Amino acid sequence: MITIVNYGMGNLGSILNMLKKIGVAAQITSDPAVIAQATRLVLPGVGAFDAGMENLERTQLIPLLNERVLEHRVPMLGICLGMHLMTRGSTEGNRPGLGWLPAQTVRFATTEPGMKIPHMGWNRVQGTRSSPLIDDLPEEPRFYFVHSYYVHCDDSRDVLLATAYGSSFTSAFQRDNLFGVQFHPEKSHKFGMALLRNFATQVQ
Amino acid sequence: MLRTRVIPCLLLRGEGLVKTTRFANPVYVGDPINAIRIFNDKEVDELALLDITASREGRGPALQIIRDFASECFMPVAYGGGIRTLDDARQVLAVGIEKIIVNTQALRRPELVAEIAREFGAQAVVVSIDVQKKLLGGYEVMAAGGTQKTGLKPAEHARRMVELGAGEILLNSIERDGTQAGYDLTLIRAVADAVPVPVIACGGAGTLQHFRDAVTEGHASAVAAGSMFVFHGRHRAVLISYPSRSELERALP
Repeated sequence: MITIVNYGMGNLGSILNMLKKIGVAAQITSDPAVIAQATRLVLPGVGAFDAGMENLERTQLIPLLNERVLEHRVPMLGICLGMHLMTRGSTEGNRPGLGWLPAQTVRFATTEPGMKIPHMGWNRVQGTRSSPLIDDLPEEPRFYFVHSYYVHCDDSRDVLLATAYGSSFTSAFQRDNLFGVQFHPEKSHKFGMALLRNFATQVQ
Repeated sequence: MLRTRVIPCLLLRGEGLVKTTRFANPVYVGDPINAIRIFNDKEVDELALLDITASREGRGPALQIIRDFASECFMPVAYGGGIRTLDDARQVLAVGIEKIIVNTQALRRPELVAEIAREFGAQAVVVSIDVQKKLLGGYEVMAAGGTQKTGLKPAEHARRMVELGAGEILLNSIERDGTQAGYDLTLIRAVADAVPVPVIACGGAGTLQHFRDAVTEGHASAVAAGSMFVFHGRHRAVLISYPSRSELERALP
């Protein structure tokens, strides 16, 4: 069972649709009692960093999420803004992030003429190490991205996937039970299905 | 490296999909759910769904149809048609659509673009611009499905929309629509060079070379097509298709 945290940001329906398609049981909730029992969590999100933190604070779920993720080590997958919120903070906003891992969210620098921001569309990913989240993805994996900010990990060993846009940036990280993906697996055809299936069945 | 997005643009009329020529003469091309299943199998980059009668009929989005459609979409989807208020946008995004396309209402009440961008981010707002070539040269933005003149120039309108928060511009050439004769490259370049956000070229695509031209000569960031993906052969028999990955990678930067 995958538990998707509902804090009023982003496309929860799409994630549920894809999980249903691949036969993974899932629920969308903001109920603390349900989150306290969750065995796999997804923190979705689309939108601005401060708005995301404000909404999350309003749910009053942060202390519970801290406990579930940092103490009980429940696998957590942050998607897009959800990934950003897991870091210390973002140059997009003023609020501190959840700070679950040593990483910072920063804005793309335009390094080439004609380079458009947001980075929007399908791009390839390059694995930097093995992980149950990304093992056995279909060949030449590519994912759908739409973002102007990305996560910079202090510890390069946390980087799982890298993607080239201007320069290379972190498109997925893993630090213990904490996973983050910059792209939208729920909108990435068979590649996203494989990744979400991995999160549901392979990640311990 | 980001490959240019290639986006089937599907036109909803009532409960069925149609394809127009020069914004007129809609021909029925099939059922939306059937079409989306085929496009899933073909792993299309993205889809645009436009309800072409909503604004003209003065109604909002057909939510049940959009919900059914979105639940089958495992790629990003942009929806346009009848988005008049922030609440319309909210409801459409809630059923599993990624991007809202605004056209007529962005001309009547431009603040709507800012309102949607503020709540959902610029990446969720696409402003669609329908353009008519003027008899004496130059271009004019048209409203209400190409039926009303606005006196606006495409590049100026696009710039204003981006200032308000549009994350992308979907640029349609009315006179090329459905002709498969190639994009209006002059128009595309004028708008793409005027704004910092991606411009999606639409209207006139018939070949992979047209896609390439839109990017290399028109400076488009993405290309959309209708007829090319729903008709086959000289007699325009209905057949849903999409180029293979290797064809696209060869043809596009």
